[in-house]
Amino acid sequence: AVMEAAGCSLRPFSCEQGLLSRPDGSAAFVQGDTSVLAGLYGPAEVKGSRESPDGATVEVLLRPKIGLPGVAERSREQFLRRTFEAVLLGALHPRPSITVPPQLLACCLNAACMGLLDAGLPLSSLFCGVTCALDAQGDIVLDPTA
Amino acid sequence: MKETPLSNCERRFVLRALQERKRLDGRQCYDYRNVRISFGPEHGCCVVELGKTRVLGQVSCELVPPKPNRATEGILFCNLELSPMAAPGFEPGRQTELLVKSNRLIERCLRNSKCIDTESLCVVAGEKVWQIRLDLHLLNHDGNIIDAASIAGIVALCHFRRPDVSVQGKEVTVYSPEERDPVPLSIHHMPICVSFAFFQQGTYLLVDPNEREERVMDGLLVIAMNKHREICTIQSSGGIMLLKDQVLRCSKITAVKVAEITELIQKALENDQKVRKEGGKFGFAESIPNKKITAFKMDSAAVDTNNVEEQAEEIITKADPPSEIFAKPILHTPGTAQIGEGIENAWGDLEESEKEEAAEEEGESSAAAFECQKIEDTSMMSEAKDEPIVLSDSEEEEVVILEPQEVPKKTRPQTTLKQESTSKKTFNKKRRKKRTSR
Repeated sequence: AVMEAAGCSLRPFSCEQGLLSRPDGSAAFVQGDTSVLAGLYGPAEVKGSRESPDGATVEVLLRPKIGLPGVAERSREQFLRRTFEAVLLGALHPRPSITVPPQLLACCLNAACMGLLDAGLPLSSLFCGVTCALDAQGDIVLDPTA
Repeated sequence: MKETPLSNCERRFVLRALQERKRLDGRQCYDYRNVRISFGPEHGCCVVELGKTRVLGQVSCELVPPKPNRATEGILFCNLELSPMAAPGFEPGRQTELLVKSNRLIERCLRNSKCIDTESLCVVAGEKVWQIRLDLHLLNHDGNIIDAASIAGIVALCHFRRPDVSVQGKEVTVYSPEERDPVPLSIHHMPICVSFAFFQQGTYLLVDPNEREERVMDGLLVIAMNKHREICTIQSSGGIMLLKDQVLRCSKITAVKVAEITELIQKALENDQKVRKEGGKFGFAESIPNKKITAFKMDSAAVDTNNVEEQAEEIITKADPPSEIFAKPILHTPGTAQIGEGIENAWGDLEESEKEEAAEEEGESSAAAFECQKIEDTSMMSEAKDEPIVLSDSEEEEVVILEPQEVPKKTRPQTTLKQESTSKKTFNKKRRKKRTSR
């Protein structure tokens, strides 16, 4: 498939760190009209039942702006959690908590990464997210709007 | 996660400062923190910052069948959520007392005060009404959640536009925003909560407590009022006894504050509307400065720092120098020294224990002093030795004496700021402190 030049461009994005005073790390990531706010606590002590022998436990809490969290949020939380566990070093227990206006997963990932940086947690690498969509003709469109 | 407990010295510090009528951020007792209102890209989304406390409010609507006993009225549903990012102690899914209390208060303030005309939300009587759902998320907890949430709630409701509806007989058409402009909600008045924190058994009150002040307060009084001076809700918690004239005074203060805040809200709403009409950029994207990945913003503190140097000098020259000065810091191990000996066992010697303790306190306060003073009760003074005493664990009888230091003149009538010898401080110790009980 041929990637069109227009489809390759991303919307202008920006980020701000250190917005919230209570969390150890916080970041707001804005992509076009989508904005995600992430706040992180960690490392912290782990409750006994959640302790995992092989290192980092991460607890992700995703909250949509409207309504109560549902199944879609849970699946996204799992996705984010696995990403963090792959990247975090050491036996830590960070607790990212993300408030999402429209639910765009890529934006969440980026906000979470900046939040982890702001909190100063040791990471093995940085990560980011880009949403790709396949339209009816099989063309790839990057960073689609809602 | 557990909430970090407030240490005793922090608590004492805040309470002492309040006794002297000083707040940590330099505000007066009736001052509010800065209120900043920003809007999101869609209608009904706003973020209110009260100092560092941040609340996000979002309004949404949907058509539902009405409640059976109120067939012609729409429904307003408020939900305040303490997001886990707001404070380390907030856990998801756990209904804390704070959450229940705050929710109930916001509900009473917004719903029971009938600030929204619910009759106008009716579409088809008995079948379809609008349900307005207000979600408030606390993003950062720096005290006074209730005020911030009430402001966010009312601003979001004022900002919201619901889709236009037309009814023809039994048919209901809901127009999308493209077809017809959405319609604002009809709002009668804007109730705003103002919180008062009480200290010292209800004798001293503060408006808009921040997080530290909230933790050490005796009780809380919340008054919700609109700009027409009508009280919508009033609640007192914490179990303090309030006098009638205190409550009246609070309500007068509330009236003033509510008028100010209502004006601020109106201005913010107008600004946003203007920007949207002109097609300018709006929404959260605008609140982040351009071309910067990381941005650090700090509000300037309200403390007046104009004459700090002169004031500090004044205070230091006027302050009484400590009357007890220790000449011999006791070295327990190399590299550490101790001034005074700590509170000693007073069981054996009850007479001297009081004087000991007084001497201890002064010793602690003189630890940072750099003035010398003529000692008042020189009757107790005999020759003063200036060498530090080294106490080692080996219990040797011999005491190693370091280089003796020079004694500065004890009879200096005035205190001076600067001193020739900067690092070594020589203190004269009273003879009787040299106890051999060690």
